[in-house]
Parts: sequence; structure tokens; C-alpha cells
Amino acid sequence: MNNKLLYLLLTSMFVGVVLVFANIEAETNSQTPATEKSEVEGAPFDKMMAVLTHKRCVNCHPSSDYPRQGEDRHVHNFGVQRGADNHGMPALRCESCHQHENNDFSGVPGAPEWSLAPRSMAWEGLSRVEIAKSMLDPTKNGGRTLEETVHHLTEHELVLWAWEPGVDANGNPREKPPVPKDEYIEAVKAWAAAGAVIPEK
Amino acid sequence: MKISFNINGQPQTVDVDGNTPLLWVVRDVLHLKGTKFGCGKAACGACTLHVEGEAVRSCSYSVKFAEGKRVTTIEGLGTKENLHPVQQAWIEEVVPQCGYCQPGFMMATAALIEKVPNPTDEDIDNNIVNICRCATYYRMRKAIHRAAELNQSSKQIDQ
Repeated sequence: MNNKLLYLLLTSMFVGVVLVFANIEAETNSQTPATEKSEVEGAPFDKMMAVLTHKRCVNCHPSSDYPRQGEDRHVHNFGVQRGADNHGMPALRCESCHQHENNDFSGVPGAPEWSLAPRSMAWEGLSRVEIAKSMLDPTKNGGRTLEETVHHLTEHELVLWAWEPGVDANGNPREKPPVPKDEYIEAVKAWAAAGAVIPEK
Repeated sequence: MKISFNINGQPQTVDVDGNTPLLWVVRDVLHLKGTKFGCGKAACGACTLHVEGEAVRSCSYSVKFAEGKRVTTIEGLGTKENLHPVQQAWIEEVVPQCGYCQPGFMMATAALIEKVPNPTDEDIDNNIVNICRCATYYRMRKAIHRAAELNQSSKQIDQ
């Protein structure tokens, strides 16, 4: 009898410990959906484009005059539009809601110069090769040299916001790009230093 | 932290956490209750006020960003003796039903008619995206057009 009781007690404790650890793991996973470990193997170009084709970038490089938002890349709520200067309509500016940093109370993201990329820099719907060609085309990239493009890609605070995207309106962390920031920056610079070659595919 | 700004023409200094939404400083520290809490997610627009003349969702605006700036709430839009054109138009068109969201709409409208003096229906649709659960949108649209007329008339008189 005593042996049975001891067995039951030990089994219950074991199950309890397993459940506690399973719960901790589940909570940890739900709070950190993005990994800090690179999900992308391959050449610098592959790593760079894995980031640039991610929703954190493409949502604000739309092919229309409507920003996109969220993990499902839906059209921005409330009929928000690009406006003449890419910062919204005259009385409904991006800055009406988006400030210079994320707002964890409302879940509204923010970074300096929050705005849409100009229409000439539309990436939505393009392949990674087409995006890369567009980035290097001065008629589409705002007249930037390769050096200036690299600077934008690796130092512009609005671009780097992708790795500090904050939480959404429900308090859930936004997904980060699939390559860690330092590895991405290294990849962009390596790609540019090697002649900014764009592969055929 | 201490943050100083001008609100409705008066200098103010508040000592609060800089990340506090401006909405709560306006309502709970400065006791100006006209600006309303609606969704807390910068979606409904009930908390709209002006910072440097720009319409801002104050539930999503950390008070630290107001340092040194000019803030206007519904209380500072006009006076009983000298109504703002938006207030006059809202009365003429009997816009409010429950009234809760109206200060936000009025502040958004005041910003619109300064930037687009004679807004079309399309301009209104593109710029005023606040939400009214009583669905007073039809009367609101009429009032926005009327407010624009009154605003232009008052500016011509001033000239």
C-alpha cells in the first residue's frame, strides 16, 4: 500500500513538473515568435533579399497608394492613404498616429520619418531580382548611388525599426525579419563590396 | 520627468512618466475632460486633439513628445462668446446624438478646414476617419461643409 502511495505521489510530481516546463516553453515561444538565429542560409544576396521581401519592409513599399499592415499584410485600416508627400493626407498624417518610437500602450508602431516609400520604390509584387534592380536604378531609387543605397539599407532608423517592431494592438510582438540585424547589415555590405551583382533568379 | 508645453494658450508643466499618453495627462492631470478615451489604439479618433495645429491621436502620443509644443483641446477651440466655426456648424446642424465621439470629430474637422479650406466629400472621406457609433456621419458631413463656409467667411471679415 505504502509503495503504491509513493508511486502515485512521485508520478503526480513528475507530471506536474513536465506540465510547468511545457507551459513555460509555450509562453516563451508565444512571446518571441521571431528567432534571433538566422533562418536563411546562402550568399549575402539571399540573406539581404530575405529581409527586403519580408512584410516589415514591403508593407511600406506598396505598389498602390495604400499602406499595408500586420502579419497578414492587409490594407491599412481606416482607408489611410499615401498623400502627396508619402506622409498621408493633409489632415490625416502618418504622424497623427505614428510617433518617433513604438507606443506599447496603443500598439501603434513608430520610428523617425515614418512614411511610405515613394511610389517609384514600390516593391510589392516584384520578385527579389526585380527589387534589387529597382534599388540600383537611380530613376527609381531617388537618385541614390550604391553607397547611398547601402547607407539607407544599413543605417536608416526607419529601416532598422524592422528589428525593433514592438507589439501590436493586442500586445503581441510583431514578427521580425528572418535574418538577425547584424548578419543582414554584414550581408548588404558584402554584397555591395563584391560589385552588387544581381543573380538571374 | 518634468514636461512643459502650452495648452489652450496657457503654459503648463507636468511631472509624470514621459511615456504616459498625452490623453491621460490632459484628462487626469490637467482635468480637461473634453478629450475622450475611446479605443486606446489610435483607431476611433475620440481622443483627437491638436499638437502644433496637427490632429493627433492623443491615446497614442507619449506626453514627452509634447515638450515645448502647443497643444489645443476641444476646450481651447473656441469660447461660448466666440464659437469656433466648427462649434457653430455643429450647433446649426444638430450633429451630436450621444455626443461622446464628437470632440474628436470636431478637432479633426478643425484641422481639416485649416489645410483644405473648401473640402469636397472625397476630402472629408480621406481625412476624417473617426468612428461614431451613433452613425451621425450624414449630419457630420453637412456640418463639415458648413464649418468650412463659416471659416472662410470669418477669415474674409478678419481681412
